[in-house]
Amino acid sequence: MIVTVNGQARELESGATVASVLALLEVAPDARGVAVALDGEVVTRSRWSQTPIMDGALVEIVSAIQGG
Amino acid sequence: MDSDVLVIAGRELRSRLILGSGGFANHEILARACRESEAELCTVALRRLDPDARGSILDVLTECGLRVLPNTAGCFTARDAVMTAHLAREAFATDWIKLEVIGDDRTLLPDAVELVTAAEELVDEGFTVLPYTTDDPVLARRLEDVGCAAVMPLGSPIGSGMGIRNPYNIALIVEQAKVPVVLDAGVGTASDAALAMELGCDAVLCASAISRAHQPVAMARAIRLAVEGGRLAHGAGRIARRHYGRASTPAQGRPDLEAQLSPHGP
Repeated sequence: MIVTVNGQARELESGATVASVLALLEVAPDARGVAVALDGEVVTRSRWSQTPIMDGALVEIVSAIQGG
Repeated sequence: MDSDVLVIAGRELRSRLILGSGGFANHEILARACRESEAELCTVALRRLDPDARGSILDVLTECGLRVLPNTAGCFTARDAVMTAHLAREAFATDWIKLEVIGDDRTLLPDAVELVTAAEELVDEGFTVLPYTTDDPVLARRLEDVGCAAVMPLGSPIGSGMGIRNPYNIALIVEQAKVPVVLDAGVGTASDAALAMELGCDAVLCASAISRAHQPVAMARAIRLAVEGGRLAHGAGRIARRHYGRASTPAQGRPDLEAQLSPHGP
């Protein structure tokens, strides 16, 4: 299935979760200052490994940068 | 002035300078500026994760003992800002948010309508909302009325370094506000920060004036001292302005030296 992660199309196996997308981007499960939005909703860290991702999903993964 | 503590949403802050982390050339200069500023709060932003990024700004701030104040920089709608606040709460485990909703990408001026909408929604959700706003006293009051923990009017547009263009409005906002007033945006150099404090602002938020100065670490110190000086001056009470001079030395008892220098008259 194809999902869009931070604006880029990615191919994922069915059964993928938010955690598998983070693993794909080599983000450690305990990385500081990281948050995930899936189709307009924040997925809290404790649910990363249980939250399935469907075909066509939009995933935004953000982290802290300098600003403001 | 040790007892002169700033309280925002029940939290005590000893420093009246809030640092903005934007614009520093690297983490090392940011760290040195953090220490020199003696600030306790520092803004951070959220952007798409960069897998190649080296080191986290969070580690820098933790090491320097600063708390994170996430912002919603770059949001143009209330919806976008609210969603960004949700992400920030998740990423940084804080319900404090510097709320920015920009209405124009050239001036970076706030969108008043979207700002109030977002502020109201976030307050309802339990966020501690610190909105970046214009220097309009009516808008500041509206933001306070919906439950914002502080109001943060601009002196002039973000990053412009134009100082405080309407000190009269800032004074009006200070006069009516029952929550802390933080001068946010426009500071170009130390005197601008001092003026903000002299006008009665409770704190100054400063990013570009420090981060983009030729010597950021030295400017961090200059602005810290200006904030302290301005605060002291505000408490001390400035003299009234006058149109004409007023001698500080008494005229009475002045010797008639003219008579001695020309004893026989002209």
